[in-house]
Amino acid sequence: MEKKLYTISIYTENNVGLVNRISAIFLKRHINIRSLTTSPSEIPEVFRFVIVVKMTLEGIQKIVKQIEKQVDVIKAFYHTDEETIYVESALYKITSTALFEERQIQNIIKESQAKMVTVSPEFFVIEKTGFREETEKLYNDLKPYGLLQFVRSGRISVTKAKMGISDILNTFNATKQDEKKS
Amino acid sequence: MKTKTASQPTTVQAKNISGAEAVIRCLLAEGVDLVYGYPGGAIMPIYDELYKFQDQLHHVLTRHEQGATHMAQGYARTSGKVGVAMATSGPGATNLVTGIADAQIDSTPMVCITGQVASHLLGSDAFQETDIIGISTSVTKWNYQITKVSEIPSILAKAFFIARSGRPGPVLIDITKDAQFDFFDFEYVPCTGIRSYQSDFPIAQDALSQAATLINAAKKPLIVWGQGVILGEAEAAFKTFVEKTGIPAAWTILGLSALETDHPLNMGMVGMHGNYAPNLLTNECDLLIAIGMRFDDRVTGSLDTYAKQAKIIHLEIDPAEVNKNVMVDVAVLGNCKDSLEQLLPHVQPLELTAWKARFHELNAIEEEKVIQKDLYPTKEGLTMGETLRVINEHSGGDAIIVTDVGQHQMVACRYAKFNQSKSNVTSGGLGTMGFALPAAIGAKMGAPKRQVIAIIGDGGYQMTIQELGTIFQQRLDVKIVVLNNEFLGMVRQWQQLFFDKRYASTEMINPDFIAIAKAYGIAAKCVDQREELSPAIATMLNTPGPYFLEVRVEKEDNVFPMIPSGASVSDIRLE
Ligand SMILES: Cc1ncc(C[n+]2csc(CCOP(=O)(O)OP(=O)(O)O)c2C)c(N)n1
Repeated sequence: MEKKLYTISIYTENNVGLVNRISAIFLKRHINIRSLTTSPSEIPEVFRFVIVVKMTLEGIQKIVKQIEKQVDVIKAFYHTDEETIYVESALYKITSTALFEERQIQNIIKESQAKMVTVSPEFFVIEKTGFREETEKLYNDLKPYGLLQFVRSGRISVTKAKMGISDILNTFNATKQDEKKS
Repeated sequence: MKTKTASQPTTVQAKNISGAEAVIRCLLAEGVDLVYGYPGGAIMPIYDELYKFQDQLHHVLTRHEQGATHMAQGYARTSGKVGVAMATSGPGATNLVTGIADAQIDSTPMVCITGQVASHLLGSDAFQETDIIGISTSVTKWNYQITKVSEIPSILAKAFFIARSGRPGPVLIDITKDAQFDFFDFEYVPCTGIRSYQSDFPIAQDALSQAATLINAAKKPLIVWGQGVILGEAEAAFKTFVEKTGIPAAWTILGLSALETDHPLNMGMVGMHGNYAPNLLTNECDLLIAIGMRFDDRVTGSLDTYAKQAKIIHLEIDPAEVNKNVMVDVAVLGNCKDSLEQLLPHVQPLELTAWKARFHELNAIEEEKVIQKDLYPTKEGLTMGETLRVINEHSGGDAIIVTDVGQHQMVACRYAKFNQSKSNVTSGGLGTMGFALPAAIGAKMGAPKRQVIAIIGDGGYQMTIQELGTIFQQRLDVKIVVLNNEFLGMVRQWQQLFFDKRYASTEMINPDFIAIAKAYGIAAKCVDQREELSPAIATMLNTPGPYFLEVRVEKEDNVFPMIPSGASVSDIRLE
């Protein structure tokens, strides 16, 4: 079966060790995680993992069930690139002399719509958020001028479809209320 | 919320008590009256409280922490309650890992409590500090490190709820020493639900009616059931379902004893050393009804050729098991007791005379080629099979049989007779040698009124032989049968069949087992003659208290039938 990039979105409780538990699911199956990001979600106290992997459809379906099986996971989803809006951020650090001596750098920055984050006498830092191809292009364009440092974040993404996590939590709270009354 | 304990957890309060005392009170609130464990520095405050509460909570001192986990497992398997094991930090905690992994793969409800270094020392490589949370993560259903005393009641409540609900499993709670020492106002409220965790599923009616339609139209249906029937306490509903429809039913090793072995529709075991008929007919049936089982590779053999001709229905509580190994046509998610009870009114008695005749035809072949030779050998040496036959003759099928891992396990599960559920205790998914002796101790304590017979190989026996000390100290009535072939028999069998008889490190030079048993004050006997076997087993079963029986069996016997690993169930070999 054909392998494809999938974005896994996981809504979780905030528990120490959960990153370990989730990454262990991939480790056990010898699957390489391309990127992993954790952050707060739209719901207070609920966290969100975004994991990118290249797998078959069958593989991703099974692994998402294994993730969802974890007690502290509220819900897990998988999506193809077409079903999500996703970006990555990259930072590029370059010597300031290059900026003034090489006119071309300024054009590259302008064309790529990157943002200048810091300028100091020794170095400057620019930031670019976008698709992988865009941050990669900028990397290739700047490389000849001497990159002091380069770093790229994991993918963050939101889905086109609704996730319905609040509904799940509300249903749980409602049944709890009922239990208390009865 | 359904829970499976005999007594329901209760709410309890107490002012200004220590964390250690709180742990004991949590256990009592959960109805625990028995824990297995081994003390050490980081768990001493809890042991100090165990001393004070010894009238209410019996602590069994094991001889190794692995033994504590297998005892807790044996206890859980025969009592249906959560088993509890305790250990200190560092090596105490790491010694638990094998048993935890075993409980995880065999869905056994267990709570392990480990002591941990004080919270201010975490990460400093303090004496006996290990990251047991990290180590146990992939083999626990849930784990948690308590660093504050106030967390103790709510976390332990969750631990028990998680261990016993849904698909049961092991939970490990690591408690730092300062959290055990600190004082707080205690309130225990049993856990009844966790928002991120669904343990029970309402039965989907459309799936149920699709299943009923398939069943009612089947001409050659086969049921394969697993431990889900036992864990879901679905034995009665299951039996009614089998009898109403008249469908032949076969079991996975962990499903054994859920339906009595003599039942006319019980067609024996599926899998690598299972019976001929149900394995072959898996690839002839038109409908496979899988109930509370997970299509383990030892059951299915090669997936490419497994039941491809059949429609498949799967009654299963764990969503992650559905379509994991075998793609199914209808999945009914939920406790199989609920699904079977709701399915019952929709299914009809089926006319299956010709189909059942196929089973009897194939049974006759296995009977002639394998079973008769195993049970009534004409050669000189004793066989494992005849030992089991004689045990059946004396126990009448009323005993709990605990097995280790290897040839004796396969033979025992093939031939042991069972009249009631929760009577077969074995290490299925992990195949843990050393399981049986400690598990038999737990099994006896979980069902004190029943006869418990452990059947163990000479290899596995020596992996946890030190637990004879626990039997001695606790004065437990456990019968131990070692089937001694002076080989790591199952590995030797593979070497014979697949490695040209190169017996690399499988021959064992054994100690004087009788002297060892006697040293622990256990009555013991060794037999190697056929005419001695039956009287020896009678003596063993009639002797009050523990008894050790060594049976010297044929050294190089093999277990058949056999599906070579990776082969199709249709390629099952009789010799
Ligand atoms: C802890 C552990 N180590 C190794 C094995 C691999 N293994 C499976 S069966 C077996 C031989 C068991 O020999 P014995 O206990 O004498 O029983 P027999 O097969 O002779 O009945 C071995 C070594 C295992 N299952 N468990």
